[in-house]
Amino acid sequence: MRSGPSRIDRGLLTDAGRPVGFCFDGEPLRALAGDTLASALLANGRRLVGRSFKYHRPRGIVTAGAGEPCALVDVISTAGREPNVLATTLALHEGLVAESQNRWPSLAFDALAFNDFVSRFLPAGFYYKTFMSPGWAWERLYEPLIRRAAGLGRLEAIVGEHAAPAETVHDHADVLVVGAGVAGLAAAERLGAAGLRVLLADQDVALGGGTLLDARWSEWREATLAALASLPSVRRLPATTVLGAYGHGVFGALETLAPPESTQFGGLLERQRVIRARRVIFATGAAERLIAFPGNDVPGVMLAGAALAYLRRYGVAVGQRPVFFVNNDEAYEALFALAAAGVRGAAVVDPRSQSLAMDRARALGIDVYPGSVIADVAGRRAVRAVTVTDLSGRRHARIEADCVLMSGGHTPLTALATQIGASLQWQEAIAAFTPDLAPALGRVVGAARGQFGCSAACRDGDAAARAVAAQLGRSTESANTRELPADAPATPLAAMWEVRAAGKAFVDLQNDVTASDIRLACREGYENLEHMKRYTTHGMATDQGRTGGLTGAAVLAEARGVPIATVGSLKPRPFAQPIPFGALAGGEVREHFKPKRRLPLHDWHESAGATFVAAGLWLRPLVFSRASGWSPVLEEARAARTAVGITDVSTLGKIDVQGPDAARFLDFIYANTFSTLAVGRARYGIMLREDGMMFDDGTTARLAPEHFLVTTTTVNAAVALEHMEFYLQSVCPGLDVVLTDVGDQWAQFAVAGPRSREVVTHLVSGVDLSNAGFPFMAADAATIAGVSGRLFRISFSGELAYEIAVPALHAGAVWTALLESGRAFGIRPYGLDALNTLRIEKGHVTGAELNGNTTADDLGFGRMLKKQGDFIGRTLAQRPGLVAPDRLQLVGVRAVDPAKRLRNGTQLVAPDDRTRSLGYITSSTPSVELPGWVGLALVAGGRARIGQRLLGLSPVHGESTDIAIVSPHHLDPDNSRVRA
Amino acid sequence: MLRIPCPCCGERDEIEFRYRGDATKARPSIDAGADAFVAYVFERDNPLGWHAEWWLHVAGCRRLLKVIRHTMSHDIRAVLAPTDEATLPPSESRR
Repeated sequence: MRSGPSRIDRGLLTDAGRPVGFCFDGEPLRALAGDTLASALLANGRRLVGRSFKYHRPRGIVTAGAGEPCALVDVISTAGREPNVLATTLALHEGLVAESQNRWPSLAFDALAFNDFVSRFLPAGFYYKTFMSPGWAWERLYEPLIRRAAGLGRLEAIVGEHAAPAETVHDHADVLVVGAGVAGLAAAERLGAAGLRVLLADQDVALGGGTLLDARWSEWREATLAALASLPSVRRLPATTVLGAYGHGVFGALETLAPPESTQFGGLLERQRVIRARRVIFATGAAERLIAFPGNDVPGVMLAGAALAYLRRYGVAVGQRPVFFVNNDEAYEALFALAAAGVRGAAVVDPRSQSLAMDRARALGIDVYPGSVIADVAGRRAVRAVTVTDLSGRRHARIEADCVLMSGGHTPLTALATQIGASLQWQEAIAAFTPDLAPALGRVVGAARGQFGCSAACRDGDAAARAVAAQLGRSTESANTRELPADAPATPLAAMWEVRAAGKAFVDLQNDVTASDIRLACREGYENLEHMKRYTTHGMATDQGRTGGLTGAAVLAEARGVPIATVGSLKPRPFAQPIPFGALAGGEVREHFKPKRRLPLHDWHESAGATFVAAGLWLRPLVFSRASGWSPVLEEARAARTAVGITDVSTLGKIDVQGPDAARFLDFIYANTFSTLAVGRARYGIMLREDGMMFDDGTTARLAPEHFLVTTTTVNAAVALEHMEFYLQSVCPGLDVVLTDVGDQWAQFAVAGPRSREVVTHLVSGVDLSNAGFPFMAADAATIAGVSGRLFRISFSGELAYEIAVPALHAGAVWTALLESGRAFGIRPYGLDALNTLRIEKGHVTGAELNGNTTADDLGFGRMLKKQGDFIGRTLAQRPGLVAPDRLQLVGVRAVDPAKRLRNGTQLVAPDDRTRSLGYITSSTPSVELPGWVGLALVAGGRARIGQRLLGLSPVHGESTDIAIVSPHHLDPDNSRVRA
Repeated sequence: MLRIPCPCCGERDEIEFRYRGDATKARPSIDAGADAFVAYVFERDNPLGWHAEWWLHVAGCRRLLKVIRHTMSHDIRAVLAPTDEATLPPSESRR
């Protein structure tokens, strides 16, 4: 059975023995293994495959590769619906289900095709002009309408876990060769033979580029591929598209896995490759470009080179009666190949007066119209006939045809080279730009720099490889003896961009931009190419204007009356092809994107029934209960106020500071003084940023004359270390200090409450724990439950408290011993919520108040700033704006009616001026010691307002609460408990 | 993406480093006054050409490096110790 009626020959890539069934728009069809969806549809005579973006015009397949502007489909699988898949590169597999896009209710009849008939009212910049007024209509009317009409494919929510895994791999090479056409193959072989590590990447599933389209090159290709396979330092990466060149030899690429390999890797569809190479060779080839003539988008109008590719690669004839509209001899290869396979061209239309290829076509008995153009295409859903005129527009023929094969010449693919700084030069001989790349980075070879013809490209690739090998210190042997078929002599092209006649002549088939849209943009002042691009959307679609980008620039140049070289070329940025987000993310998803840090005691906390909360990367116990609400939190906090509680504070940053200059260094880092701190004592310290704002706070202990232990807040653990390292190395390089992050090495617990001394005394040996022997802010080495550790008498809760630090390995043993020792006193573990309740009652600040906008003085630490000596932030903390009396200052707040709750974020206003915010509540909690809620707030000139009443407004909750401004220290203002 | 040749660790990816700003600015002495500190903290040139920058190798040796980078081409001309004097060629004029 024939796999599609238009299959007329054996294809290079298709396997006649392996038929494949697939489904397009609900219709079951058959084709062959090795087909793409596009070749399979063409084999079945399907021309109409979609509707266009703006006018919903019927569209067909235009190219045979990655630059396809029109044949975008939805692919439906168990993983969901993936939109905007290129039919021209999508490998066919058994059971593939695809649907056309942008049509409703059906492809053949589309309701929005109405846009096409009113297109005179939809010019370039239509949105900008039409949807301007009235202002109210944008959100309510225009935007919903536009959103409904816009877009190509449909993205459906993929339910649950993303089914397709992804991965990122890192590759290293001496030379990356991008493109495995004849130039790339020759270069790779030469480099590999010189012993260099080569990566040869090509977006095609088959390596060979243009040699795949010319039977005379089969032998050379097979021999070269065999030679490459035998070179151990050459890695070949077919189906791998290099998406971006990022400088410093770094490239991004996307590899598409063939179905068998995908199955082998657990369903992996794509693999992102990050390639690092010392040099690059761009053998990216050239893209055939369209000609803008009226009706150049009717299904059946396609690039001549695409017709050749469908014949050679898949054995498919794109039509039975093709008419050619070409301006260059290379494009005639399609005509000769189709004729040899039995498909006789209806005619050739060529704007040139004569050429060598034209003569060959005549010799085959094909009608040739020299000095002519196609001025119209008859047919809407398929080509029926074309109108041929001479260059002045005088009509001379109407030719019946079922497809139009066009070629406006070939544009070197320079996107990657320009991304790393190649400049572009206009080449009149090929009517295109070629890139000039700095030799220190690499080379551009073959058609990518206008060396058309396989033999020319082969010699070019080889010569460039020799030069690169020499740069990398490798010698190359004598010339390759493999024989090269001669390139056919060719007559140069004549630039042909546009046929000016009635009807829409498209320069961008995906975004529906016509040549007249570009002239309109130019008339309206968008003369710069990049401005024109944004106004008309020319070249902004997924194909990035590969087929018509330069054509649009040429139309603009003509409208401005300047050469194309003056207009320039659109700047292509990464990515060269659309890349799925999933492939970009690779394996860095979920916990691999954001790893979880677990406390040394995580398992204990979990078995104790803790509810966890993410604090940065840490998982911290929020409350030791699975029940929600305040009651378990307040029970934990109450235990610490009335008896004893224990909490895990291991997440605090801990930085070990040692050296003869350690004290001097800390005096510089901290706003307060540490050189006067006695050994065996700890001190609360504040760090400023150089701009004078508060940066971090914590307790620092002096363990020995030249040995300090700095603690930082949990969230600033990493940045505080970087801050200290930066200043030590840049500003204080003369100081003899060593900084070591010991955060993970030490577990730390706070035992807090009036009974805490009794709990700790039991377990500690070697330290006199009496109030005189180990007073508030004492710090010493100690043995705790038999483990060598450290003991600090510091308090965050406001109660008599100790912090115990032991090596993380012993955390469980010591924690358990403390619980055991505390059982008689009713010890309870408490979580982050209760910790917060305790510190708000006491008036200690955390991240809610240390928010980067507050100064030391704002938070009540103004007097801690030392008067003598340099420290970070000293000068700028004195700026007038930072010492103004009306700044937001830390105060305590309480609801006047204890039955009313407080909320973080509640705005505070004067009762007689509700329109001006005086500040806001930063932290709040029900109190365990006082009636009702207590909170902290930042209030303008707050310290002077203590004793006043303000109004707390929370419009989103519809609440208005009378608020009393009080001292932030809601309890024990003279600090007697911690000294007890 | 930059590849920074760290004197301790070899050529490494930019993501291993933390950018720490303009290395052409020297911290003024404490009696230099507020204006000098405002210039040190807030005022930055946007040169076209060679520039000295601080990069801290946080995922490596944790050394602070003074990197001489071209702001247009991204070429790295030298990687110096913090105390090394960086002599920069003059900025190029903007096109």
